[in-house]
Amino acid sequence: MTDTAAPVRPSPLAEFWRYFSENRGAVIGFWVVVTLLAIAVLAPLIAPYDPALQMRDKTLLPPGWVSGGDWSHLLGTDPLGRDILSRLIHGARFSFFIGFIVVGIAASGGILIGLIAGFAPRWLDTVIMRIMDIILAFPSLLLALVLVAILGPSLINAMIAIALVLQPHYVRLTRAAVMNELPKDYVTSARVAGAGLIRLMFVTVLPNCLAPLIVQSALAFSNAILDAAALGFLGMGAQPPTPEWGTMLAEAREFILRAWWVVTFPGLAILITVLAINLMGDGLRDALDPRLKRS
Amino acid sequence: MSTPIVEAVDLTQTYHVGGGLFRAKQPLHAVSELSFSIAAGRTLAVVGESGSGKSTLARMVTMIEEPTSGRLTIDGIGAGRENWATLRDRVQIVFQDPYGSLNLRHKVSKILAEPLIINRPNLSAADREAKVREVMALVGLRPEHADRYPHMFSGGQRQRIAVARALVLEPKLLVLDEPVSALDLSIQSQILNLLADLQERLQLAYLFVSHDLSVVRHIADEVLVMYLGRPVEFGPKEQVFAAPRHPYTKALLSATPSADPRKHRNRIKLVGELPSPLDVPQGCAFAPRCWKAQDRCRAARPELEGAAHRASCFYPLEQDETAEGQPA
Repeated sequence: MTDTAAPVRPSPLAEFWRYFSENRGAVIGFWVVVTLLAIAVLAPLIAPYDPALQMRDKTLLPPGWVSGGDWSHLLGTDPLGRDILSRLIHGARFSFFIGFIVVGIAASGGILIGLIAGFAPRWLDTVIMRIMDIILAFPSLLLALVLVAILGPSLINAMIAIALVLQPHYVRLTRAAVMNELPKDYVTSARVAGAGLIRLMFVTVLPNCLAPLIVQSALAFSNAILDAAALGFLGMGAQPPTPEWGTMLAEAREFILRAWWVVTFPGLAILITVLAINLMGDGLRDALDPRLKRS
Repeated sequence: MSTPIVEAVDLTQTYHVGGGLFRAKQPLHAVSELSFSIAAGRTLAVVGESGSGKSTLARMVTMIEEPTSGRLTIDGIGAGRENWATLRDRVQIVFQDPYGSLNLRHKVSKILAEPLIINRPNLSAADREAKVREVMALVGLRPEHADRYPHMFSGGQRQRIAVARALVLEPKLLVLDEPVSALDLSIQSQILNLLADLQERLQLAYLFVSHDLSVVRHIADEVLVMYLGRPVEFGPKEQVFAAPRHPYTKALLSATPSADPRKHRNRIKLVGELPSPLDVPQGCAFAPRCWKAQDRCRAARPELEGAAHRASCFYPLEQDETAEGQPA
């Protein structure tokens, strides 16, 4: 054996982290997301009050640091006397639940359809992609609204609707990645070895297409949270008294002028979560997309 | 000679390309009426410039594509689509680019086990592992390489992995699609020696596709020269290299670099480009670039003629001409 061994490369994970940590915003976003996730998981332990507990003698209490505020309710209370901080902490659970379920449905469905489109004969590919183009042509929130109107307003239906709206992005990405990989020699050699269609799709090609899909999932996650909050605000998503951030905004709408905190804090929660996830998604793209790598 | 491992008769592959809503597709003759056979332990080298149909030939023999017409027999069984599944383990392929031919997401052990999982589903996991270790040893890879990913290897080592993957099913025919042209010169000879060694030990038949004549001279038994999808010359290596009969072969040979600077070379510079395969000239396809072409060449197409050493040319080069022929 006289071939010289290539210098030992760092493990893929270490290499990933090296590229990822070059982007400071991404690292900050990553830690914010981790913190939010921990809050969501530990919500019943952290939250000072039951999110549905109505303290009728303390309605519309301002935040602790404002005059007339009460430090026992750090972020104040809403018109029904519920502690806003506790509701926000519990709301994080819903947001991440929505994100994971929506991305899960959209990604699994979209990747499957995208794989089929990439491997399919020309005509089937065209049929699938035109259908996806039609879905993409609708304003996404409007389409989600229509779907919810048909299915009936509830958090589950809103999630199904958002997943359907996000799905075409996965289909296109997967198909493009598959078509990029198919002419490569390793696919041909798997064919020569006799690999069947299912094996080619899921074992040979799919693992090589994952990088853009991971990035898309991170960005779709924030989209899902945003859309669910929007549907909640319009009364088409989670129904009161669920402490979902969008629904909280909607409930407090009429008190905007009298009590700024009832809308400010849920809005801030949405903003920070979405921003953090998007920053992290950008970093993921930089780290995973080989075209952006300098080496 | 024993019965050939692979036998092809009038193999033809025609693609239909272009075309749109209102335009008919044009036929592209990638390979036309190609016949050859390879016996166990022998190497047939297929030579030609890009676009001559070498890779299409490799794809047909490895049963990735079905020929448009003609007959392909592998190991005595007709290689029609219905027999592909049974013939999979008789023919394997090694590609040119060792960076693209290995799945980067799989460990070496998984890459080598995959053909076994597909074609020998009854094999136990332990037997499969033993077989993988055996081929790794055969191609000169160490056991600890099994747990590494392809990106951790150099080009030469990757090509060893590719050879090991091809051998794991114990095929009878190996299609080598320019297996060394992406490698450094020093690594090239290692891989070529490995291939020659394996051929001797396992009695493999090789279909060696290349455009590098110095490599072909090293490894081939018979040489088939292709031009625009058609065979122009076929014969034993010694005869083709010593006394080429087709002007194209001579031009190709004259373009091979020589290691001896004092040796005088008559470099034949061909004028013009390879004609488009969509618009093949009438008559001999080489006629527009041939210095010996006459009216007859442009009117009719010469057939591959001769006994052991065949050439498709109306005015084949004579012995004295090939020795020190001066082109016009």
